[in-house]
Amino acid sequence: MKITLNVWRQNGPNDKGRFETYVRTDVSEHMSFLEMLDVVNDDLESQGKEPIVFEHDCREGICGACGFMINGVPHGHRARTTTCQLHMREFKDGAEITIEPFRAKGFPVVKDLMVDRSAFDRIIQAGGYISIRTGSTVDANATPIGKEIADQAFDAATCIGCGACVASCPNAAAMLFTGAKLSHLNLMPQGQPERYQRTQDMVTAMDAEDFGHCSNFGECTVVCPKGISLDVIAQMNRDHLRAQWKLRSS
Amino acid sequence: MQVQVADTPLQSNAPTGDIRTAWDRHRFDIKVVNPANKRKYTVIVVGSGLAGASAAATLAELGYNVLCFCFQDSPRRAHSIAAQGGINAAKNYQNDGDSIWRLFYDTVKGGDYRARESNVYRLAQVSVNIIDQAVGQGVPFAREYGGMLANRSFGGALVSRTFYARGQTGQQLLLGAYQALSRQIADGNVTMFPRTEMLDLVIQDGHARGIVTRNLMSGKLESYCADAVVLGSGGYSNVFYLSTNAMGCNVTAAWRAAKRGAYFANPCYTQIHPTCIPVGGSYQSKLTLMSESLRNDGRVWVPKDPKHCWDEGSGRLGADPTTLGTEQRDYYLERRYPTFGNLVPRDVASRAAKMACDEGKGVAFGGRGVYLDFAEAVGRLGKDGVAERYGNLFEMYQRITGDDPYSTPMRIYPAPHYTMGGLWVDYNLQSNVPGLFVIGEANFSDHGSNRLGASALMQGLADGYFVLPYTIGHYLAQVGARPKSTESSDFKAAEDAAEGRIKKLLGMSGTKSVDSFHRELGLKVWEHCGMARTREGLTELLGEIPKLRERFWSEVNVPGNDRGVNQSLERAGRVADFLEFAEVLALDALTREESCGGHFRVEHQTEGGEAKRNDEDFSFVSAWEYTGEDSQPVLHKEPLDFEYVKLTQRSYK
Repeated sequence: MKITLNVWRQNGPNDKGRFETYVRTDVSEHMSFLEMLDVVNDDLESQGKEPIVFEHDCREGICGACGFMINGVPHGHRARTTTCQLHMREFKDGAEITIEPFRAKGFPVVKDLMVDRSAFDRIIQAGGYISIRTGSTVDANATPIGKEIADQAFDAATCIGCGACVASCPNAAAMLFTGAKLSHLNLMPQGQPERYQRTQDMVTAMDAEDFGHCSNFGECTVVCPKGISLDVIAQMNRDHLRAQWKLRSS
Repeated sequence: MQVQVADTPLQSNAPTGDIRTAWDRHRFDIKVVNPANKRKYTVIVVGSGLAGASAAATLAELGYNVLCFCFQDSPRRAHSIAAQGGINAAKNYQNDGDSIWRLFYDTVKGGDYRARESNVYRLAQVSVNIIDQAVGQGVPFAREYGGMLANRSFGGALVSRTFYARGQTGQQLLLGAYQALSRQIADGNVTMFPRTEMLDLVIQDGHARGIVTRNLMSGKLESYCADAVVLGSGGYSNVFYLSTNAMGCNVTAAWRAAKRGAYFANPCYTQIHPTCIPVGGSYQSKLTLMSESLRNDGRVWVPKDPKHCWDEGSGRLGADPTTLGTEQRDYYLERRYPTFGNLVPRDVASRAAKMACDEGKGVAFGGRGVYLDFAEAVGRLGKDGVAERYGNLFEMYQRITGDDPYSTPMRIYPAPHYTMGGLWVDYNLQSNVPGLFVIGEANFSDHGSNRLGASALMQGLADGYFVLPYTIGHYLAQVGARPKSTESSDFKAAEDAAEGRIKKLLGMSGTKSVDSFHRELGLKVWEHCGMARTREGLTELLGEIPKLRERFWSEVNVPGNDRGVNQSLERAGRVADFLEFAEVLALDALTREESCGGHFRVEHQTEGGEAKRNDEDFSFVSAWEYTGEDSQPVLHKEPLDFEYVKLTQRSYK
């Protein structure tokens, strides 16, 4: 296959950045998208030029490290697929592909396609956990959880923290990410004692970062490689509202 | 091959007496740090996977100051996240006769009698606590309709003791540990250093006292001093270049510690996972594992007639498998192992696939692949029933290969996946260097020469949540809190060495990429030190590695500079370490004149082609001491005594 790549190159947070074009005529349709970039980088490196910086690790769609805009869509156009799982057979021979970093104020560009997503860690640190000490728990089967609730919590818990939701949102909101963790923990019996404080704290932390607010575009759920449902945002808003009441009266 | 063997055998420091009460007695006998004094101690934890994150969180809960380091941008991305299948625990919730004793027995047997009994028994004991802990954290394990936890049986076990969270058990357990870690970061008890790579271990007065790191954002070298150093830096499967490990997994932290005196144990015990997606072409960057749980319902076969297989000339992978009738198929696992069938342990299944392909019956690129067929399962459970169990795995397979496994068999082939070898540790998980502790896949301790499915998550979390937090106290209480300063000649020397190496790498002006060397090394190691190993092959490999290393250090090109992000430089440092480490791997494989578990020496097999152990001469752990660049390592032996499990030839027939 012949592929023409327009790649965003930016040598650090303060560099202005520009597109550079690379043309390959030896692309196999069985390559993954990142393997295609590996081939480009391998050539650049052996010529002593700096390769395109992008993040990736597991290449199995689960670690959440990879992700950039492919023709304007985070992780590319194939539904429920991370960048590392996207294969070249999804593109036509002769295609021109534009690659850019996630564009969001909350995710400053580090270099080329690499962005800083540490804001997500800070949101989790604000309350995205159940406060138990190691060894202080009861027997695992002492807390029965109906399959339905367990499945719903699981669906929310599958979030890989890649940030595609933020990158796709016109407001660069992180509400799908935050809502997913809240739904995971708030749905389960173990998560009840801290439910409202957790919601309050995580929403406050989210607001303190450079993320916008949800205005129901729904782009986030479409691009989410794990298909996290918009329901998690509704659940978060409901629990947040309740939290205002519950926490005020306590 | 002659190697220098140390006179004194290594001591495991395991308690003597009844194994069933050993851990309780040991916990009583070891010293405990006064709660009020814990905050005077600082512990460095390198790695934030299941072992590292659980250890860092638990140590911080206990009151220690913890500094935790990972090379990823967030601790949540450590490679434990990719584990699919499940986690074992001797809960006996299924009432099928499981017990701590049975899990212990299965693990020692599954490890082909090359693990330390005392460690394995403890692992089986604490396995039950791990499930309680994870559920308490909110890990959404699979449930039955009545609300109780579901279990499944997993490679090599005759009871259902595996807890799972769809095909994403590693992800959910890691997020549990990450959340516990996040809580401690928020409370100020853990200082987290993401995007930071350990480049050296610093030893002062014979004790591990700190590390030298490189900040992968700024490029700055920094030193950190502590009262103890814990390595949870994972395994070394990427020495094969193509493996199921994440691209960033590396041996650097462990190898740097080995070069500072920590013994590297059993490096030749590597696990080749039987069910991975086969190589598709020369550009391949990594291999993808399909959970072994697939073997519960999938049937493995190859065509009987090689003309239905891979055809080099036309590049055809094989005849359309759905057109081949039962009589044209060889269900070789069911045929050779009637009792266990498709559920034989990993090493057995992997070698059987290799044998089938060696006979010219492969059905994937290069003749390296066999079928894993779900037609029977779809008939029995319906498409929805199969989707409920394996839906996400089938999706993943289809994304990568373009084939639909509901209607056509999957193609699979073994790939390097896990390494049982690692830094040597005693019963306390302390290496031979006082103050250096090693946990999870980075140590060698519990799996012998073959790890059973769903036991990696168990061991990582056992070490981090329930073993290390006690045993490290014993060391700390004895040495007392010491001043923590990086202003010393030992730290300066380690920093200078790290800086010198970086300068040297950047100074090369060759014409070859870093990856090209990694690829070349991987191919050689896979060929001669992979699923089947021979004396000649290993001898050849030992001759070739130094030559390749020499070429690396003259022909590689590492662009960019040492300030700011430089991914080529990061990879170059890791590949340079693999190029050194590979030699001790090959040497270990060459000197272990027997076959056991994942280590298969062609010279040592039974008439039926199974691994043939030599208990008489090789019931020991090989721990290698680094003695310098141009000298051979010294072998330290830890004898393995089996008091409770009777040694037998493993049989899955």
